[in-house]
Amino acid sequence: MCLAKAGQPRPQPSTGPAPRAAHWLTWMATYHAGVSNPFTFLDPLVALEAKIQELEQLAQSRGVDLSVEVASLRQKWAEESDRTFAGLTAWQRVQLSRHPQRPQASDYIDRIAQEFVPLAGDRVFGDDAAIITGLGRIGAHACLIIGQQKGKDIHERKRCNFGMPHPEGYRKALEKMRLAERFHLPVVCLINTPGAFPGVEAEERGQSLAIAVNIRDMSLLRTPIVVAVIGEGGSGGALGIGVGDRMLMLQNSYFSVISPEGCAAILWKDGAKRDIAAASMGLTADILSRHGIVDEILPEPPGGAHRQGDAMAAILQAALVRNLDALTKLPMAELLDRRYAKYRTIGQVIEGGELLTGARMAAAHG
Amino acid sequence: MVLDRLRRGAVAKDPKKIPDGLWLKCPGCGKTVFKKLVEERQDTCPECNYHYTMSSVRRIELLIDSGTWKEWDAGLSAADPLTFTDSKPYPKRIAESQLKTGMNDAVVCGTGALNGMAVGLGVMEFAFIGGSMGSVVGEKLTRLVERSTAARMPVIIVSTSGGARMQEGALSLMQMAKTSAALGRHKEAGLPYLSILTNPTMAGVMASFASLGDIIIAEPKALIGFTGLRVIKETIKQELPEGFQTSEFILQHGQIDLIVTRQDLRGELARVLSYLHRPRSTAAA
Ligand SMILES: [Zn+2]
Repeated sequence: MCLAKAGQPRPQPSTGPAPRAAHWLTWMATYHAGVSNPFTFLDPLVALEAKIQELEQLAQSRGVDLSVEVASLRQKWAEESDRTFAGLTAWQRVQLSRHPQRPQASDYIDRIAQEFVPLAGDRVFGDDAAIITGLGRIGAHACLIIGQQKGKDIHERKRCNFGMPHPEGYRKALEKMRLAERFHLPVVCLINTPGAFPGVEAEERGQSLAIAVNIRDMSLLRTPIVVAVIGEGGSGGALGIGVGDRMLMLQNSYFSVISPEGCAAILWKDGAKRDIAAASMGLTADILSRHGIVDEILPEPPGGAHRQGDAMAAILQAALVRNLDALTKLPMAELLDRRYAKYRTIGQVIEGGELLTGARMAAAHG
Repeated sequence: MVLDRLRRGAVAKDPKKIPDGLWLKCPGCGKTVFKKLVEERQDTCPECNYHYTMSSVRRIELLIDSGTWKEWDAGLSAADPLTFTDSKPYPKRIAESQLKTGMNDAVVCGTGALNGMAVGLGVMEFAFIGGSMGSVVGEKLTRLVERSTAARMPVIIVSTSGGARMQEGALSLMQMAKTSAALGRHKEAGLPYLSILTNPTMAGVMASFASLGDIIIAEPKALIGFTGLRVIKETIKQELPEGFQTSEFILQHGQIDLIVTRQDLRGELARVLSYLHRPRSTAAA
């Protein structure tokens, strides 16, 4: 679109001032500055980990056998982990989904794909590093893999615009999905974004249009699509690569119509009420699965995905392979009908004094 | 025109003598204008052609041949899937909006003739919780599109919305996918969809069905975009370009086909449809 202005310098994707409105970023900055530790609920686990490490070092340096003590502490750690993770609030899960050590799309791709051929560019405007696309093999399946990437260090974070895609990112994803459709490759989408980028250039280049077209065309794409929420599932920015046949969700991730901070600011007129907002919005995997949005919840290993990346990747890989196995066996017409029905049945309305939801809602009209 | 000028002249002499409620202060030109005149001009300012918010009832009158309108799914109303309470419980918010607007939710759907051509029409209502999209809006629009596909009719949706309805959480978000998927099937059936963007059309609605028109038409000077202005300002901490997120701005940036004033809207829709849609003559037989 902007290319039409001949003779003008080509606008570049924004690398400008740090986006203040990105709640994830504000949250991260606070964390790194040590202003507040959002993870105090993990303190007992961290203390036990330190103790285990201390004993192991002692055993090594002094040559004494402390294996019984270490085993007992590990047992205690596992129990403490179970207790902690079973009792997490919605807001704590949001915090975990943003944990700086939490594996990102690139980490999972490294671990679950036997190889990866990254493909860049939307063939029109640019290459958006906030969305990785490429060819890879997961188990026996040659796939197109798409993942939102926040970045691991400050340089990568800037390059990835902190995981907030521009329109060219969504268009790149769709471009590669059309490639996948043409060559019969199933698509795997890894979702992890605080939201699509809220900036001037994004608006100028049609952020809404890019997301809308992706949503529609993913519903029609003639190849299986498996979506997995691995961290933040921020609103339309997540849905822009998030329509598919199956939606998997890591236990400590979230998927929401708006960030808890944004919701609190609008409805409670106080951004600090984000914990109340998070609890109210039903953004965790258990509630989403009750409403037919999430098909499968992937349990995180003890300590959480950020403590055991390899174990988490193995769980994700197994789930992806299992779903790809099933979906690739379906005839195309049935695959598309099921995908349509999946979205068709989401929602709750009252009609004629009766609560309609799921298949009953879809069947309610002739 | 002469009548317009006469009336303006007459009332401009001493507006204070006219009882309250007969006058409007125009947000476009700042002038005080005679309300009746505004209404006669399809809710536009006689001085500057500012387009006021138009109710769904008036919009249907504007677009559909009289006596041909048949409403669909009027009885659908919101459930409370999350038992959501902010400053008030969600069911209370719904009940209050229903009382205020006389509508069950933020969209009216149905079918009628537009200059003789049968169409499926959905019109959003901003007065109902900011035209926000929850399950009811998503379900009604989806049924509209599905019925229109089955009857091989074009779809027209007049949008105005602040976005997805937060009180239904991700269920609202997923209505973006539901409506877009239905439009995808309508498109694959070779049928045209005309999207009309009115002031304001934002966020989740703009990032789904409102952006998917085969032809996208905006009313003049409407606010149209993905992210709200305040959030963008906070993000970039810079002045926004002039006219940012207006109809004229997004037209210039290649995102829509046309800007059409309300007076011309019906004629322009009929004209466009005459190119894109040929109703099957067998349907009438
Ligand atoms: Zn005016």
